Amino acid sequence: MSELKDKLKRLMKMRLFWPIVTLLAVLIFDTIFIKGFLAIEIKNGNLYGRLIDIINRASSLMILAVGMTLVIATGGIDISVGSTVAISGAIVVQLLGAGETANTPFYVCIILALLVSVILGAWNGFLVAKIGVQPVVATLILMVAGRGIAQLITNGQIPTTQHKPFSYIAGFLPGLPLPFSIFIVVAVLIIIGLIVKKTAFGLFVESVGVNATASRFTGIAVQRVIFLTYAISGLCAGIAGLMISSMIKAADSNNAGYLIEMDAILAVAIGGNSTSGGRFSIAASVIGASIIQCLTTTLYALGVSPEVLPVVKALVVVAICLMQSEAFHHMISGIFSRKRRLQHEKVAVEI
Amino acid sequence: MKKLQLRSKYTSLYITIALFFLLFAVGSVKYKGFFSLQTFLNLFIDNSFTIVAATGMTLVLIIGGIDISVGSVIALTCMLSAYLLEIKNFNPVLVMILMVLMGAAFGLVQGCLIHFFKLQPFIVTLSGLFFARGMTAVISTDTINIKNKLYSDIANYRIYIIGKSFISIGVVIALIVMLMAIYIAHFTKFGRTVYAIGGNEQSAILMGLPVGRTKVLVYTFSGTCYGIAGIVFSFYMLSGYTLHAQGAEMDAIASAVIGGTPLTGGTGYIFGTLFGVLIQGIIQTLIMFQGTLSSWWTRIAVAFILCLFIVIQRLLTIRREIRNTSKTAVDRGIKASSV
Amino acid sequence: MGEKSYMAKNDIILEMRGICKTFPGVRALASVDFKLRAGEVHALMGENGAGKSTLIKVLTGVEKPDDGEIFLNGRPIVVKSPLHAQELGISTVYQEVNLCPNLSVAENFIIGREPIRFGKINWKEINKRAEQALSRLDLNIDVTQPLGNYSVAIQQMVAIARALDLSAKVLILDEPTSSLDKNEAEKLFTVMRRLKSEGLGIIFVTHFLDQVYAVSDRITVLRNGELVGEYEVASLPKVQLVAKMIGKDLDVLSSFKKGRRAAPDIDQDSTFISIKGLGHAGTINPFDLEIKKGEVLGLAGLLGSGRTETARVIFGIDKADSGEIWIQGKKMSLSSPRDAIKNGIALCPEDRKKEGIIGDLTVRENIILALQAKKGIAKYLSRKEQERIADRYIELLNIKTAGTEQLVKNLSGGNQQKVILARWLVTEPDLLILDEPTRGIDIGTKTEIQKLIIELAEKGLAVMFISSEMDESLRCCTRMAVFRDRVKIGELSGDELTDSTIMKTIAGEA
Repeated sequence: MSELKDKLKRLMKMRLFWPIVTLLAVLIFDTIFIKGFLAIEIKNGNLYGRLIDIINRASSLMILAVGMTLVIATGGIDISVGSTVAISGAIVVQLLGAGETANTPFYVCIILALLVSVILGAWNGFLVAKIGVQPVVATLILMVAGRGIAQLITNGQIPTTQHKPFSYIAGFLPGLPLPFSIFIVVAVLIIIGLIVKKTAFGLFVESVGVNATASRFTGIAVQRVIFLTYAISGLCAGIAGLMISSMIKAADSNNAGYLIEMDAILAVAIGGNSTSGGRFSIAASVIGASIIQCLTTTLYALGVSPEVLPVVKALVVVAICLMQSEAFHHMISGIFSRKRRLQHEKVAVEI
Repeated sequence: MKKLQLRSKYTSLYITIALFFLLFAVGSVKYKGFFSLQTFLNLFIDNSFTIVAATGMTLVLIIGGIDISVGSVIALTCMLSAYLLEIKNFNPVLVMILMVLMGAAFGLVQGCLIHFFKLQPFIVTLSGLFFARGMTAVISTDTINIKNKLYSDIANYRIYIIGKSFISIGVVIALIVMLMAIYIAHFTKFGRTVYAIGGNEQSAILMGLPVGRTKVLVYTFSGTCYGIAGIVFSFYMLSGYTLHAQGAEMDAIASAVIGGTPLTGGTGYIFGTLFGVLIQGIIQTLIMFQGTLSSWWTRIAVAFILCLFIVIQRLLTIRREIRNTSKTAVDRGIKASSV
Repeated sequence: MGEKSYMAKNDIILEMRGICKTFPGVRALASVDFKLRAGEVHALMGENGAGKSTLIKVLTGVEKPDDGEIFLNGRPIVVKSPLHAQELGISTVYQEVNLCPNLSVAENFIIGREPIRFGKINWKEINKRAEQALSRLDLNIDVTQPLGNYSVAIQQMVAIARALDLSAKVLILDEPTSSLDKNEAEKLFTVMRRLKSEGLGIIFVTHFLDQVYAVSDRITVLRNGELVGEYEVASLPKVQLVAKMIGKDLDVLSSFKKGRRAAPDIDQDSTFISIKGLGHAGTINPFDLEIKKGEVLGLAGLLGSGRTETARVIFGIDKADSGEIWIQGKKMSLSSPRDAIKNGIALCPEDRKKEGIIGDLTVRENIILALQAKKGIAKYLSRKEQERIADRYIELLNIKTAGTEQLVKNLSGGNQQKVILARWLVTEPDLLILDEPTRGIDIGTKTEIQKLIIELAEKGLAVMFISSEMDESLRCCTRMAVFRDRVKIGELSGDELTDSTIMKTIAGEA
């Protein structure tokens, strides 16, 4: 019996334990309360169903969460990802043109959009790492100016495109039953995963996040590491932007990626990563993104109006930060130890 | 640079004011009809809510914090006002009072989270941003037009100054708030404590100043400003809409920074912030007069100037740090071994 | 306001009896007594971990004592907070001049007690009062300028003026001369002498020997949290003071050679690093230094004499603003730790917690970190390789850990130090700089580390060894550079390496 308890204890200590449990809890809840939640059917050789839908929508968020995880791990933040999403979509749709044939070669559009996204991320990285501007202000600039830039690219319109291959990104690649976005997510996870685990990058990011001074004295190029995290975050936002604009086959500079920063930060926090930096787990953030998407779907299905979501998310982030805050722990333990002390006093008096 | 050696407290303020007049001169020369008193007064009329919001933001920056919930609180104020006025038929004066209180409460909660639980200001105010935006949409996703008589009267009222030139009531409110803030900043213990904390929080604690209380109060004060800014904005727009005041936080921060308040805190002039707002207004006016550029260029131009000022401030700080370490070096041996 | 209580000289203003204070794992003060008389400058001295700072923190209400009593003018007091200490008449001017550089001089002087007239702060009166207070200290400056525009010396005067205005009976000056040059320090002493003649009691916390003798009447020496004694300056020669601080009984030692290393065969041509005139303004005056391969060069000197600063400027943490460094015959510019590491230099910093360990990372990760940083981001050491290296050094240095995956922050201090040492040894440096490597470590581990250093030197490693413990330095070092008050004052080698010679050199009487 105690062996089982030990095994359970060790399982609980595993970093991904709580995120996975939460996700399972939400899925179980959904299965019970939402009719046909797990139903998957095949139409035209493609899989459809609520579950598939969740995965599809969650993919852009997962990719954003990957980049955000790295930035937060170094102790920073990137609130410009929504604007980069808009700019990326604006570039690709504007260049493709309205018709079915592309005005500019498809691949050129994609590459250009991603290139610009990386440059935007690098710009943030430059401000934070080299100039030393606070991350929130540095990325706030792009957050606000970015939508203006996106509007300029689309001349204030909401351009649409009928280009077929573009629609595959958020849909299905002919011949593959699973949504294409899943493959994109897997590809991103593999590439970033390789960078983080197979090079020293992941180690350096954690080291900088835990103790930047000591890291510098150990010979780590701290500025370079921080710069790279923002560049990667920009790239992830660019990829997400392609997926989001592909979903609506248009570039909506005002609404694309609107308030998605919060979702990304929330995903990172729900996954158990510390919002002040240090050790991180990309897998945890990905699970966090899934949880958010499941919750969103759950709330929609239960008839809750979508406007409530940002409010709920804001409250959840604050709650998670409080749980991570030491001052909060002191207060709670202060309350409990007082109770315990009072109980002891009561007992002592009785004796 | 000779200006640096001038070491006057007001150097950056002079630069900002000079920049404003330069831009005004450029516009007057380039565009017909630009050079008029009304053009100048329109800057105040169109940006009165930004003046109020940026005033609150200035104090937050001075104490070394940051608040990016500005735009959302303004939008929430507008929407809630519209809702209470049009749908619930509240008394307009009551609505105004409630909005001010709501702004104060919002700031108070944020201040408490930041100080008592030591949560980072950016994440608290970012959550505030989403909370307020969300609540705005919860109240209504459609635009609610304000038809209340008092509000429309106030919105349309013109206070004539010289001849045909006029300002709005919003301008008067903005100037009153600004003057009050200047008074608080320079003539009250609370204001001076704000500066002290921004200069060196550790010293402020050791000098026995009420640091905690002041920090919470600063956010409460700025929240109040945002509530008032929301009221002024609702006079201006006469509607509640979910996308109102988007990006207002950057406008407020940019105004303060361009006006000479560094992001690192410790110094700042509310009067300078006024000119920061005016500079933004003039850029918008220039673009409008130009006619062909879309209004989005204003945002981009302001972002660019903000970047410029931040970078310059950083470089100056770095240079000052290098100059000072040769004089104020601390003996590390002692510090590290303090038991 | 500022009423001066004219006490008869030699009346005891302040008495601390039997003060005890323990922090987790560390006994900071063990039944310490301290007496301050009116009209005297009383120096409080002690080496590392002596308890000086803690005693001051207790007196100023920053820490509460576990035991003991404090009497002010004969009345028992309990100091509840820094603000309360000020109200009681105990004012402190801190080493970092804890004022606000962005506020004006006058404002720093008055803040917290601004006179209000008609609901608003009366700036005219504030400026007037500030000017008056400063002119009493012979300082006539524009009080409306930001404090940060003035030198540290002047800032300190403002802090003192503020302290006096708070009707101080006891003025604590905590390392006031750390950032002052000779002239500024002299001006400060003039002010101190005038204040003491007015009946003020001044506690002068410092480690600058000459200054203590220039201006103090009495000295209290603490060591390892205990009171060594209270002495009159006039009857305590410098050498004896040094001895009492370090813990050696001068009469017993003389030229006792026990424990000293036999001078090893060092190839005279194998200079690894040669330094000429290297200095960093404000922290260490230009110095010359040479270290050969296989040498263990010790840096001797009291706390604050500039040894750590020397290490930092060599390692590139502080950028040198004068002088040159030659490594293996080639001139180098070491403007960052990365430069130094590339040239084969390694540093175990003094502040283990802030600058050494990466607490949330594992033992394995901490050990391979410097080597990995050297190799760059791309060439990642395989997990197996990392574990092999980690295992090897855990065994080599006898690091007590529950495995390679234990978080470093959970290790004891001694083992954390070993991890840092391992980290640098992995990079196979040519010069290893150790700054207080055995501080806070148990005897057994201390000896292990010392033996290791000697072994490494014998294998050809050049070592710079900074330690406040004389025994340890003598055991490991083949040569010593002596520092005092941020200046390198000399070198000792061979027969000169004895406790007494070193102390005499530090005291300036060699």
